[in-house]
Amino acid sequence: MNISVLTRVSIFSLSLLFLSACQDDDDRVAQEVTPEFIWTQNWDGAPLANADFDVTPLTNANGETLTLSKLVYLISDITFTNAQGESFSAGDYNLVDAREGLGLSFSPDVLIPEGIYTVAFRFGFDDEDNALDYAFLNSADGGWNVPAMLGGGYHFMRMEGKYINTQTIPESEVNFQYHTIRAADPSTTPVTLQDTSFLVNLGQVTIDENTTIEVKMNVAEWFKNPNTWNLYELYTMLMPNFDAQVLMSQNGANGVFSLGTVTD
Amino acid sequence: MKKCLVIGVVLTALWSCQSDDAPAYTATPMPLDIPAFFASSILPPVIPLDNPQSVEGVALGKKLFYDPILSANGTQACADCHLPSNSFTDNRQYSIGSEGDVGTRNSMPLFNIAWNFEQRFFWDGAEATLENQIFEPVVNPTEMNNTWRNVTESLDASPIYPELFSAAFGTTKIDSVGVSKAIAQFLRTLISSNAKFDRHLTDQVPLTPEEQRGLAIFLDESRGDCFHCHGNPNTPLWTDNRFHNNGLDEFFTDRGLGAVTGDPRDDGLFKTPSLRNLAFTAPYMHDGRFNTLEEVIDHYSEGLVYSETISPLMKNVATGGVHLSPEEKSDLKAFLLSLSDQSFIENPVFQNN
Ligand code: HEC
Ligand code: HEC
Repeated sequence: MNISVLTRVSIFSLSLLFLSACQDDDDRVAQEVTPEFIWTQNWDGAPLANADFDVTPLTNANGETLTLSKLVYLISDITFTNAQGESFSAGDYNLVDAREGLGLSFSPDVLIPEGIYTVAFRFGFDDEDNALDYAFLNSADGGWNVPAMLGGGYHFMRMEGKYINTQTIPESEVNFQYHTIRAADPSTTPVTLQDTSFLVNLGQVTIDENTTIEVKMNVAEWFKNPNTWNLYELYTMLMPNFDAQVLMSQNGANGVFSLGTVTD
Repeated sequence: MKKCLVIGVVLTALWSCQSDDAPAYTATPMPLDIPAFFASSILPPVIPLDNPQSVEGVALGKKLFYDPILSANGTQACADCHLPSNSFTDNRQYSIGSEGDVGTRNSMPLFNIAWNFEQRFFWDGAEATLENQIFEPVVNPTEMNNTWRNVTESLDASPIYPELFSAAFGTTKIDSVGVSKAIAQFLRTLISSNAKFDRHLTDQVPLTPEEQRGLAIFLDESRGDCFHCHGNPNTPLWTDNRFHNNGLDEFFTDRGLGAVTGDPRDDGLFKTPSLRNLAFTAPYMHDGRFNTLEEVIDHYSEGLVYSETISPLMKNVATGGVHLSPEEKSDLKAFLLSLSDQSFIENPVFQNN
């Protein structure tokens, strides 16, 4: 059969490739590598594992006690810039689902020469990326996209949970949805939009073969700085709330993300 | 490096030695007819590598789906609880098995299931693939109450099945795997993509003002906010195929996903059903407790009940919901019905003919 001959030929050439790849190994030339990113989540330093969701009480800066049910977020455009100012980026994205443990490790689709780089990424999508259509994201988490009525594009983060309302007798649990998207004011025509994605600079990292870079998210920071988050006021319907989106973005850009352990 | 060389040579040698003379049987390929909007907006359908769609496989699967031969007493086919006229569910609250036993759950409509990306089937996600799922009803005592041994014997003895199996899989050996593969192939062809709302998106068929207002409520975080679980106009599925507690009960007689995972955090969680074809799929919810869409909408509007595992997406639980006005409720209903696809339930290709 033609097909099997073809397959055989390609396996043969694969084997040849394999051979030459092995040869390269012996006389070490400068290598091109792809670092791996590990996304971890903590609450003021205490790691958040699957078992903490819906269970572990957490206290935010405003003093509310809450539990988290869901934490899913989007990062994009990981960029490596060397001392000469030369940048490398695959321009791709990764969706992290902290509870389900999906997307916790990610290697951007880029090869860079070993060396020292300033590493940065974007939380969410900038307007350019937000304008595109992604079958993967449309299919992820029940549709990661944002309906046109709410400004279109994609969610940046869905953090959901329950906080304890101590002002009722007896105390009661109230659902909150801390969803971040591009700020949109649907009450104007056309909808007023403002890019609320932000750049995170992780600083300098030495990248060799097999480098893994931990990026920590301190979830408590979303409620802290510069805006002390009051869940009694801002717990729901935040997507169409333009000002709330700007406040969330400010908090996000302020100490939520930091460089963790770098290993070779 | 020497090691690599050896591996390379062995690989090449191995391959060259393999003989050509075991021609695997291939039935006539029949790729799914994927609607353009599905192809452009979401991931491709999930089709296992070891069960490609074929003309003969789909034909066999359809025959089996409508044939009571799969039940122990020869009285019940899959289609008795999954009727085409009901978008492949039935109109009973609880399904009734071949021996008259009453189940505890509402039957489920069957369409677009090739796009259930996480492949968790049943109300509680108990089955991990479509092929696996099909093993279950045949031997479930409150459904077809059969044994696979008995099924294969009846099929072997039938005048038609050995030939159909051989056309589909190149073997006259009939087994449960073949049965489940063929039915799965048929079920994957059940694609619904031609509701009024679909034609609104593709051909600009206008929505009525009620439908339009209903859509706005569906997407409005302060009113319906249905879209975080049931999808939105950018994608065609109208479900997230995930599991949530949408506030039906304070205590659970059926633990749903919790009984499957053993995790109390999953108690009372059930699969989000698609909102397509609601016109044909009453009664609603996993236990068929609501007979009408009005009752469903009343539930979300003022009937929400708190329990520990309730989804954080449910709004104003303390007061039962967001309290839609009567106009908002009828607008929401009008929009929901625009997702029903008459041509799907009438499609002659899916019927027993
Ligand atoms: C006695 C009625 C009955 C019969 C007969 C029956 N089913 Fe079902 N079917 C149900 C019920 C009830 C459910 C939901 C079960 C649950 O959640 O526990 C279901 C669920 C399913 C699902 C899951 C759909 C989804 O989206 O998760 C599929 C697929 C299915 N049935 C296919 C079949 C096939 C194929 C047959 C024949 C081999 C069959 N059924 C026979 C009642 C029946
Ligand atoms: C938190 C996720 C979630 C939200 C938000 C949500 N639903 Fe549901 N919906 C579900 C789940 C889960 C079920 C099945 C529950 C069960 O059977 O126990 C369901 C069932 C339904 C059904 C019954 C369908 C059937 O075939 O039985 C309809 C209709 C429905 N929802 C409409 C709506 C509408 C309208 C809204 C907005 C007002 C809405 N849903 C909001 C998760 C959700």
